[in-house]
Amino acid sequence: MICQEFDYFAPATLHDALQLLSDPGARALAGGMSLVPLMKLRLATPEKLVDLRHIPNLRSIRRKDSMIHIGAMVTHYEIESAPLIGSDCPLLAATAAAIGDVQIRNAGTIGGSVAHADPAADYPAALLALEARVELTGASGEREMAFEDFLIDTFTTALEPGELVTAICVPVEEPGSGVFYQKHPQPASGFPMVGVAARLSLMDGLIGFARVGVTGFSGKGYRAHGVEERLIGKAGSEAELLDAASVVAEGVQASADIHASAVYRAQLARVATVRALRASLLKAG
Amino acid sequence: MTPVITETPTHVGKRIKRKEDPRMITGTATYLDDIKLPNMHFAAIVRSPYAAARIDRIDFAAALQLPGVVAVFTGADLDGVGNVPCGVSLPGLRIPDHSILAKGRVYFSGHPVAVVVATDPYLARDAAERVEVDYTPLPAVADPEKALEPGAPAVHPEWPDNVAFVHKQENGDIDQAFAEADVIVKQRMLQPRVVASPMEPRGAIGDYKSAEGALTLYSSTQIPHLLRSIAAAVLGVAEHKMRVVAPEVGGGFGCKADVYAEELLVCFLSRKLGFPIKWVESRREHFQACSQGRGHVDFYEIAARKDGTILGIRLKLIQDIGCHQQLLTSLIPTLSVLMLPGLYRCKTFRAEVVGAFTNCFPTDAYRGAGRPEATYGIERIVDILASELKMDAAAIRLKNFIEPQEFPFATGTGLIYDSGNYAGTLNNALDTIDYAALREEQLQLRAKGRLMGIGIATYGEICAFGPSPYTPAGGWESATVRIEPSGTVTVHTGISPHGQGEETTFAQIAADELGVSMDDVAIVHGDTAVVQYGIGTFGSRGTAVGGTSMFFAIEELKKKIVKFGAMLLDSDEVQFTAGRVVCGKTGNSVALAQIAAASYRALKLPPGTEPGLVATSFWEPTNFTFPFGAHIVVTEVDADTGEVKIIRYVAVDDCGKLINPLIVAGQIHGGVAQGIGQALYEQMVYDENGQILTGEYTDYALPKARNMPWIESSHTETPSPVNPLGVKGVGEAGAIGAPPAVVNSVMDALSHFGIRHLDMPLTPEKVWSAIQGARS
Repeated sequence: MICQEFDYFAPATLHDALQLLSDPGARALAGGMSLVPLMKLRLATPEKLVDLRHIPNLRSIRRKDSMIHIGAMVTHYEIESAPLIGSDCPLLAATAAAIGDVQIRNAGTIGGSVAHADPAADYPAALLALEARVELTGASGEREMAFEDFLIDTFTTALEPGELVTAICVPVEEPGSGVFYQKHPQPASGFPMVGVAARLSLMDGLIGFARVGVTGFSGKGYRAHGVEERLIGKAGSEAELLDAASVVAEGVQASADIHASAVYRAQLARVATVRALRASLLKAG
Repeated sequence: MTPVITETPTHVGKRIKRKEDPRMITGTATYLDDIKLPNMHFAAIVRSPYAAARIDRIDFAAALQLPGVVAVFTGADLDGVGNVPCGVSLPGLRIPDHSILAKGRVYFSGHPVAVVVATDPYLARDAAERVEVDYTPLPAVADPEKALEPGAPAVHPEWPDNVAFVHKQENGDIDQAFAEADVIVKQRMLQPRVVASPMEPRGAIGDYKSAEGALTLYSSTQIPHLLRSIAAAVLGVAEHKMRVVAPEVGGGFGCKADVYAEELLVCFLSRKLGFPIKWVESRREHFQACSQGRGHVDFYEIAARKDGTILGIRLKLIQDIGCHQQLLTSLIPTLSVLMLPGLYRCKTFRAEVVGAFTNCFPTDAYRGAGRPEATYGIERIVDILASELKMDAAAIRLKNFIEPQEFPFATGTGLIYDSGNYAGTLNNALDTIDYAALREEQLQLRAKGRLMGIGIATYGEICAFGPSPYTPAGGWESATVRIEPSGTVTVHTGISPHGQGEETTFAQIAADELGVSMDDVAIVHGDTAVVQYGIGTFGSRGTAVGGTSMFFAIEELKKKIVKFGAMLLDSDEVQFTAGRVVCGKTGNSVALAQIAAASYRALKLPPGTEPGLVATSFWEPTNFTFPFGAHIVVTEVDADTGEVKIIRYVAVDDCGKLINPLIVAGQIHGGVAQGIGQALYEQMVYDENGQILTGEYTDYALPKARNMPWIESSHTETPSPVNPLGVKGVGEAGAIGAPPAVVNSVMDALSHFGIRHLDMPLTPEKVWSAIQGARS
């Protein structure tokens, strides 16, 4: 498969990148694991590609107080293997490790994935459960927003034209909390048909804090607030987990394709939720 | 003088690393797309988005405007080139006109409508996007069962019933068998289309030299010589002026044992334009326009006694033909009929095959080509029969197997099974997996609500294609063996390896036979200008037929070696052993290198003997070979999600004598992977309009490394009496054993729900829905 002709730029500074991206025919290249296949199929035909991988400050991982600041161009493999993320945000590390295969994890980046907003990406489940924040930079400066607000719809985000995702910020996990990402991959692509990320912590043997993020199930990732509410104050018996999980798909329009019908996706969502909660509980405390 | 006879290490039977691997691992192998010829131009094909449509207008003016675009051709321009050929003759076979570019009408999504030639491949693709085609869409049919219903859209207007052929075969009194039976079991089974997916897609370069009237076709093919004969005839080129080169070929699985429109197209274009033309298949094109495997709708009926004795088998088989006849399209389902009874003694059967035209690309050979389909059918229906009779799946097979003393065994379908010990391999597999303990464990797990299944499949296959009367274009194979003046050995084989490793296995055989080092043997193949005529590589024939022809060429050479040795030693009492001719009386000896040198220097010749050491053999096999085996698979089904996990995979295969167990293991592993893919993941999906829904690997699920179990592979060795090497063939075994073994295992896991049969692929949703249905 052969893509259309394009010009390639590899700026060394964010400033230069933003200037190049002010051209409406330009698109940012942030790993290319989604964009390049679309270009090969000629479903995407950018005139200019602006490769962001030579911009040093988009590639750092650093801790600032109780938050971890991850540059947009940090690869999935770096997230999976960075000691800081492994110890301080294990849910994100586990999610990154579940993406695609080694080659994809070595090339694909968190910023690229987040900006692409594929409804079947792995990250949204964890980023929603983590209440992550997204840092955006454009010609007029920097702004920051909750990932939940950033994610507008299928392949649609709050990014303005010419604006870039420059970082993702996730909280340092509290000691004693338990986290887990349960994924049911589509057999061909390896993307989740449903993926559920859970974060729980116990207070005196009862669930005091619960966050559940879901991806793959519908047109965009979402937080399962209904599940979270049912868990608070519970010990986490099997019956309580099943009860909480039973509302994971409530009010959400399930996607359907040749791999999974809406009915089956709803089943997977319930099962994945119970399993993610169960595993999180085991780790909590 | 004491004779010095070096003990020759024997190579046959040893795990020896492949001679081919260093060039592949280091990226120095030359595949089709690596070939660059002077002034080479590139073709891009404009393909139909519709499965059935009338072409109203083609406007390529905009394409021609791009600098670097040199020509655009459509179906109106095809002077001097014939149709893509069908290589099968069956009574009443309907063979649609199959021009290399569509003429007025398209029959499948991806049908070539026009071709653009440009100075580089990117430009050609850009220009192809600029070709405007107006279509009037027509009703299409993609489902072979629906195609045969009255009133279905006609794929070809001249044949409104969509029937490509009807093939019937029967033996014995089938009606009486069913009348006498204690039990009759029926099952409809689907074997969906699958995509061959070799790592290297297809590709071809046509290079016509007008001054000589000579045409060279480079193609990623399994059959260079057959391709030459066919292409020369279709293009009207004298065969001696045509050369076909198969460079390094990165897998074929049968889809490259074919002749394609694109191969003929690049030749046509080169002759028209006067420079070499390259076309390389994209993955999208591989899904659209490369022959696919399987595509069966089977209706099985089996009649048996209460004790499990099989009395008769009835099969109605609807083969999805697609819209044209590729080289062997309609032959493949007839092979399924030959293999219908599997390893069982029953000779009474009736089979009817109906080929159904559909608006899809044709089906053709795919790893196993007819035998996996037959094995799947018989092994599923026997399992269903066992559960109906409440018999153990192993016991019913052991009850019906042909026994070792019954060989050679004439089947009801007209084959003579050469040799076998079917109970031996099955018992071996049962012992390996500790079958009795597993059944115990299954009961315990079931009591805890866990769904563990044990699936058995035994298989036989027809290999070493084959005696020429039963093989289109002949089934012999050729080899020329040359001992060079220095004593090293060059073998020209008519087969065309594309991953099977015969540069290694043939060198092992030749090294042992001639008493030389493997490093001193070169195996040359794939170029019709270099190698004598041959048939090619398909149907697990490489070693069993090609290796045997090499063996007989070496036998012939040995006679000459001995004559020269006798002359040099001045003795009649000599023998050739371990690379030397030795005089029994004096113990004096002379090495092969000295003999070779003497034979070419020709200072003196043995009486009536020509100089040089070269021999050629064209070997005609007297029979097919019949490998067999038993695969046992343990699966666990997740009742909440329907996901299937393979816990254990035991394969005991008997492919006759093993030349190189390492290569055999590779063949088994690859075949099992493809079989697991077919059982659990792979399916080519067309919608009701013939549109492809699985046109990329993001939707078409090939098995991944993470899906593969550890394969516990072992062998029994029952030599074939058909050839002196005792080999049978192993290229397809894994792909034949795995689908029924995996499906039988999953069905066994679900048997207590009363679920009898689910069709491949056993996707999580399909399995979960069946469990839900059974529970409610």
